[in-house]
Amino acid sequence: MSGGVDSAVAAARAADAGHDVTGVHLALSMNPASYRTGARGCCTLEDARDARRAADVIGIPFYVWDMAQRFHDDVVRDFVDEYARGNTPNPCLRCNEKIKFAAVLDRAVALGFDAVCTGHHARLTRPASSAGPESAGPRLARSVDQAKDQSYVLAVLTSDQLSRAMFPLGGSTKDEVRHEAAARGLAVADKPDSHDVCFIADGDTRKFLRGQLGAAPGQILDEAGAAVGSHDGSYGFTIGQRRGLRIGHPAPDGRPRYVLDIEPASGTVTVGPAESLDVTEIEAERPVWTGCPPPAAPVDCLVQLRAHGTAHPATAWLDGAGLRIRLHEPARGVARGQAAVLYDADTVLGSATITGTDRAAASAWSSPA
Amino acid sequence: MKYPGNASGRRSAAENAVYLDHAATTPMLPEALAAMTEELGQLGNPSSLHNQGRRARRVVEESREQIAEAYGARPSEVVFTSGGTEADNLAVKGLFWARHDAEPEFRRVLAASAEHHAVLDSVKWLAEHEGAEACWLPVDATGTVSPATAREFIERDPGSVALVSVMWANNEVGSVQPVAELAAVAREYEIPFHSDAVQAAGQLPVSLAGSGATALTVTGHKIGGPVGAGALLLCRGADPVPILHGGGQERDVRSGTLDAPAIRAFATAVEISRMRRDDEAKRLAALRDDLIARVLAAVPDAVLNGSPPGPDRLPGNAHFSFPGCEGDALLMLLDAKGIACSTGSACTAGVAQPSHVLLAMGTDDARARGSLRFSLGHSSTQQDVDALGAAIGEAVQRARRATGR
Repeated sequence: MSGGVDSAVAAARAADAGHDVTGVHLALSMNPASYRTGARGCCTLEDARDARRAADVIGIPFYVWDMAQRFHDDVVRDFVDEYARGNTPNPCLRCNEKIKFAAVLDRAVALGFDAVCTGHHARLTRPASSAGPESAGPRLARSVDQAKDQSYVLAVLTSDQLSRAMFPLGGSTKDEVRHEAAARGLAVADKPDSHDVCFIADGDTRKFLRGQLGAAPGQILDEAGAAVGSHDGSYGFTIGQRRGLRIGHPAPDGRPRYVLDIEPASGTVTVGPAESLDVTEIEAERPVWTGCPPPAAPVDCLVQLRAHGTAHPATAWLDGAGLRIRLHEPARGVARGQAAVLYDADTVLGSATITGTDRAAASAWSSPA
Repeated sequence: MKYPGNASGRRSAAENAVYLDHAATTPMLPEALAAMTEELGQLGNPSSLHNQGRRARRVVEESREQIAEAYGARPSEVVFTSGGTEADNLAVKGLFWARHDAEPEFRRVLAASAEHHAVLDSVKWLAEHEGAEACWLPVDATGTVSPATAREFIERDPGSVALVSVMWANNEVGSVQPVAELAAVAREYEIPFHSDAVQAAGQLPVSLAGSGATALTVTGHKIGGPVGAGALLLCRGADPVPILHGGGQERDVRSGTLDAPAIRAFATAVEISRMRRDDEAKRLAALRDDLIARVLAAVPDAVLNGSPPGPDRLPGNAHFSFPGCEGDALLMLLDAKGIACSTGSACTAGVAQPSHVLLAMGTDDARARGSLRFSLGHSSTQQDVDALGAAIGEAVQRARRATGR
């Protein structure tokens, strides 16, 4: 229970459904602020109190679990390390993978609980008992509220993890959840959603990374290799970024420039026009299959390449231990480190971490015949 | 849509059938509750000069006399406060300021490293903001300060000590301090000595005159009285600088309208606990010793922290470290079985920090985190001990599975 409206309503629904529910607030910050100062940031002392009060109203026991050290090690440090490598991480995904459905789940199971229930917007269906041995676990699908759907950050979870998860909100829209919260007398009904990175309360990721990594000046080059500007840390950029380049003078053709490549070893950031962002083939590692066996043959699907991104029609196939994805139409802003989540309509097939694209000139690339 | 499910019919989190956390707070004695309820229905500000005021004032003064007599003090030596924390703040800050204002040389505050946060944090604050120098008197492995240690610390520069503060009995591990000897050492050097007697009152013979202390803190809710009423017993002549300024109540030492209902209930509880104290101490010690035996039988590698059971330990206190467990996991598991106890450490937002008391006793971090305090009081029975004995083994097993993730 984060102190937000989603987890509060999820807990209430689970309790009403007859489950023996205990509310747990995760203390994830090494130095929690006292007050929630806006829509960014989470897990302040005020949030803990909101969660406690929601538990009171629902009528369930409430505890605070200190996961600050694990969160720092598994999520915050990974976030920083990924940027240092020139990747774009998704910390919410990492938190689900390592904290909520690992550290927390493990502790819960050891203490006699059966599952972790969260307020994520997603649908989970268990396989029918008649399902044969090919059935590989629960199936994950998008929430009915497409704008709020969080299946993207849950697709990294394994069958074991999903078999011990509950997402009571998947069949409701965000509006419905807020109305229900109000009807239940939960004060958090009106609380704004938190967005962006929960551990960067002022939203200034670049400043946060500079604080962690220090200044690492380098050059900004165009596609021809000519220097067009400089920067004080390649970690401050992400593929497809247009704002904040601070080049100071427009491109010769007057059109906006976008970050095409980031190479931390040399500190080089390459920029160019929008069409240079086009990606058609993607290479990804460590695929996880969600409630279905790994595909024996190339599979047509939809692939989502960032949180709340478009679902692109594509074909995906296994390539050794990794995954290859060919988009049917080019996409832009595809960044290493992000997840590629495969869908069959609204149902998740699997997820893998993007390691390269055909746009990235430096990667040794060949697509299969 | 209505949600009749909210809170109704669910297991109420508030009702634990087995309450083993008397060191945190105690159920109100029925007599105290009745006295308070009656007084709540009455009118009058005890500072008013008219009929209603005098009636209320009389309730307060009778209460003062009862409390004074129970604790070896004169009525004029009882200063009512909102509780133990306020009394500790008044003693530590107020006596420091008084001494330091009179003589700037008086800067050092000697306090035991295992004091309650109400003393500890007050001392730290004085060091950070008021020019004090905090000197922490070390405790031994049982959590006890020795008079020799206090003397040694004083003698480093006797003319610079503003105040010495050592609690009567430790709230976490129950170790009883040699208060009379410590007070005597301080008196030799003419240094005021304060003792937080919040946990000791009601179980041990706490006395201002008897101990030779300059100031003692006591409170109501640890002895069957209400939360919200406590007292600083203060020798005549010890004039702390007030923390609360205002209407000049309590001889200007502590302004604020006196809470007659709470004070009356406090006095009632003091009176009853004084009468029953010796028998109660024996009864609790027997139950507590049985509790220790049952826990050790179920978890043979559990370690009892603090002084051995006997005159140097609070009769109602038991405190264990359970190797391989986290105390807060154990607490949750016992709570789910209706058994209430405490990890005994201070919390911020409900997240337990390792106990500074255990760390001061030389315990390592892991053991400090794997500890639980069980404390008995006036409503404790053999059934409470039996229930814990039956539950602790399995709880420890489960908590061990949950560790190290």
